[in-house]
Amino acid sequence: MHTPSNIETAWPDIVHAHFRRVGIRQVGYVPDGGLSGLIKLCQDDPEITDVVLTSEEEGVGLVAGAALGGQRAALLMQSSGVGNCINMFSLLRNCGFGCVALVTMRGEFAEFNPWQVPMGSIAEEVLRLAGFLTYRVESADDVDDIVGAGCDMAFYGDLQIAIVLSQRLLGRKQWTR
Amino acid sequence: MLQRREFVQQLLMDRGNLLVVSGLGASTFDVATAGDHPLNFYLWGAMGGTAMVGLGLALARPDRRVAVLTGDGDLLMGLGSLATIGVKQPKNLAIVVLDNAHYGETGMQPSHTHSGINLVAAALACRFKYAREVSRIEEAADIRALLHSGEGPILVNARIADQEAPRVLPLRDGHAIKQRFTDALNSA
Repeated sequence: MHTPSNIETAWPDIVHAHFRRVGIRQVGYVPDGGLSGLIKLCQDDPEITDVVLTSEEEGVGLVAGAALGGQRAALLMQSSGVGNCINMFSLLRNCGFGCVALVTMRGEFAEFNPWQVPMGSIAEEVLRLAGFLTYRVESADDVDDIVGAGCDMAFYGDLQIAIVLSQRLLGRKQWTR
Repeated sequence: MLQRREFVQQLLMDRGNLLVVSGLGASTFDVATAGDHPLNFYLWGAMGGTAMVGLGLALARPDRRVAVLTGDGDLLMGLGSLATIGVKQPKNLAIVVLDNAHYGETGMQPSHTHSGINLVAAALACRFKYAREVSRIEEAADIRALLHSGEGPILVNARIADQEAPRVLPLRDGHAIKQRFTDALNSA
């Protein structure tokens, strides 16, 4: 699998800088090609404990536990992972745990795999139904503003914020070697 | 076979600074019966998530001991968490499974452990530092010591009788449970 080189550069650094700014100490994730640059930055950051998950719903519990212990945490997942979390999200909403989730989209712009479409096409709505405020990033120029605002809302307002990174921002997944 | 209330009571005796996360249903009621405490985080839902709440807490507070008390149904639903915990190797985390081999809240339908699915073996396969089964109340003191000073991650599978205990309902408001916990932890 190849990921276009342009997604490895600017925006993950900006997101990581906001994670540093608001003091995120734990990051739970299931890997995704679009998130690979950000995951690497989190792994290499001694201030951040990165937790690779077997399923995205584990990350919801992780965020809650981190908050109980006084640490801020973020979730990174592909849009297909949103569906894995639905019941677990009740933990965040019921207790008011601040959370920022970065969700990389599949199943939309230039998607080549129809199996990604059923979940991808409802992911944003599912997040909203589960209590998240969602903000969609279509262009690299908006990453700083939106991720910055989302992190502030999550941790100063104890809100559940999802930043949805569109497939157009991430670039087409290359299907050939 | 252990009696769940007596066993949990003994585990949480003189608990000191122990942080406790309890899984939905009977485990939460057992922990509340042993003595309501601000450093109890009671789950009333989010089935399958209890062990991961324990992991997040243990990673955030490596200076404190974290005990997760939950049922076999909750742990089975989040079985992948054992692998995730095994990767992170939190030294301060212990999980006690109150295993009655049934779904007690929903009419006592048999769970996977009833068919011999072995959670101790699963934990060891997931690189837990220590895992064992207990079925006698005389072992409670050993397990209590493990919660306070054993090197984690630890899993104890406690064989408990499949009898329902009277319901004891602690705080249910999630915001209140969270706030009380974080206030107590920050002031300690």
